[in-house]
Amino acid sequence: MGGLTYTMQDTVSLSTSEVYGNVLCELGEKHPEIVGLTADLAKSTKIGFFQEKFPNRFFNVGIAEQNMFSIAAGLAKSGLVPFVSTFAIFTSMRALDQVHTDICYQNLNVKMIATHAGLSFGQAGTTHQCTEDLSIMRAMANCKVIVPADGMETANAILAAYETDGPIYIRINRGFDQKLYDSPDYSFELGKAVELRDGTDLTIIACGSCVYQAVEAAKILDSVDGIKARVLDMHTLKPIDRDAILKAVHETRRLITVEDHNVIGGLGSAVSEVIAESGKGCAFIKLGIPDEFSIIGLHEDLMAHYKIDTNGILENVRELMGRDFEEDDDWEDEV
Amino acid sequence: MNELELKKLEKKAHELRALCVDTVVWAGSGHIGGALSAMDMFTLLYYKYMKIDPSNPDWEDRDRFVLSKGHVGVGFAPVLADKGYFDKELLKTYNHTGSSLGMHLDSTKVPGLDASTGSLGHGLSIAIGIALAAKINDKSYTTYCLLGDGECNEGSVWEAAMSAAHYNVTNLITFVDRNKCMMDGPTEEVMKLEPFADKWKAFGFIVKEVNGHSMKELSEAIEFALGEKSAPVVIIANTVKGCGIDFMENNYKWHYGGLNSEKIQQSKESLNNYYNKRVKGV
Repeated sequence: MGGLTYTMQDTVSLSTSEVYGNVLCELGEKHPEIVGLTADLAKSTKIGFFQEKFPNRFFNVGIAEQNMFSIAAGLAKSGLVPFVSTFAIFTSMRALDQVHTDICYQNLNVKMIATHAGLSFGQAGTTHQCTEDLSIMRAMANCKVIVPADGMETANAILAAYETDGPIYIRINRGFDQKLYDSPDYSFELGKAVELRDGTDLTIIACGSCVYQAVEAAKILDSVDGIKARVLDMHTLKPIDRDAILKAVHETRRLITVEDHNVIGGLGSAVSEVIAESGKGCAFIKLGIPDEFSIIGLHEDLMAHYKIDTNGILENVRELMGRDFEEDDDWEDEV
Repeated sequence: MNELELKKLEKKAHELRALCVDTVVWAGSGHIGGALSAMDMFTLLYYKYMKIDPSNPDWEDRDRFVLSKGHVGVGFAPVLADKGYFDKELLKTYNHTGSSLGMHLDSTKVPGLDASTGSLGHGLSIAIGIALAAKINDKSYTTYCLLGDGECNEGSVWEAAMSAAHYNVTNLITFVDRNKCMMDGPTEEVMKLEPFADKWKAFGFIVKEVNGHSMKELSEAIEFALGEKSAPVVIIANTVKGCGIDFMENNYKWHYGGLNSEKIQQSKESLNNYYNKRVKGV
């Protein structure tokens, strides 16, 4: 990754989507084939920064998401690289037929930057919360799915999306994310998890806003419980980093996934698919929103409510560490 | 259009109708009604107006065509084959397992196809994207889009119409194949479209309503649209579902169907009669 000039200092004052808007402007300066689209959410999604700089390469189609994604397909067919921004729920559901047929099926070079994902727009209620998109978008052939953990990772993801041909879904949050990375210069690679802490007692695999919580939990586990938790930032859900998951199964035997998404179909499902296909056993907990429409509230309150915050992770790790599964199983073949 | 050119186009449309019937037979069945109602538009675009190079399907300066009513691939694939985008022999595999030609054509598999369509109500938006890209890329190509009339039940068509007018996308020419039939019945019974022209006008389009089986009227409308820069143009082509085959004409039940040997024979004879009637006096 090169060319990004962001530092921690910049991102302190920028929300995650503001980082996105700025990075897109930087890219737009260098690459005239980048075009922007939104559906009356230029300000909310911060793609409006791009609109201000490049008004002739920007289309606000009004509140018409279906039209927007099909227009993006047409633009991509003509060699342009559309970045399309609306809320995650409208990308993955309102316009899904267009996303499926016009973009993913035709393997077009459209970048879908879906904002206000998960519970991050919690106060807006269930119509605007989006806890199903990862499940839906993971099922779209040709489409890569990225869930950045913070603003800096969003910057890297946007750059990687531009540099990678084909449809890409990037899911970011409304507002500010807890800052995890100080600068963009860490080993971000699409499809490769970032190991934030090493450990051999268990592995916490998280994505999005839950990564910060996982790191905080791991610190406490280390200092209070003496538990060494490995933490993986699984920013790319598709293609998922199978090697990192299998290594974690082999070396730590206990896995917990944490995501701001329904437990069906998202990160937890993706990880469990890899485990199941490997034929290796391990203790496993999926943390996320249970199979229900989430309640209304502030993002941090909702994360606590659904136990995908630091305390929730701690509680589950302690429970998992207490499980006496090893006595019943022969792990000799594993080591 | 001079008489010689008109005669050639009429002959070509006739050949393509026959090839469409053959393709339906090879496929086992197909959306023949809407394929035949659109055939004169296909013919006029591909044999008179569109700047294309079948030996170079991805030529970036080519004119584009988006078949929004994607279900009539069985009528459009014969046109592409006849233009030389692929071997006509391939039509014999239509809908067969593993063939590159299926009911709703796939642009990643079919040379000369500018968009994969099939889910209705998408094509006009895609065409708008292609047309807007021409402006950004400083290209002078024209984009054509053909909608079905039943398809205009989809709200996304009107989202597209609104944006075409808003962005004054005049390098796009939209056709509606107004054959007045859809899968479940006549359009006005299933879901009323009239006053149809007024709807397009209200969305900011200039409307040309023509007989969709008159090469002359269609041609005049296209010439008008090519020169019009004040607003996007839609050509509402009043057509006959199953045009050219007497037992299919204006019968919504022939939206989709198959042909037994007796019906094949009857279809060919009917097409010949229809052609002779059309070219009489041409």
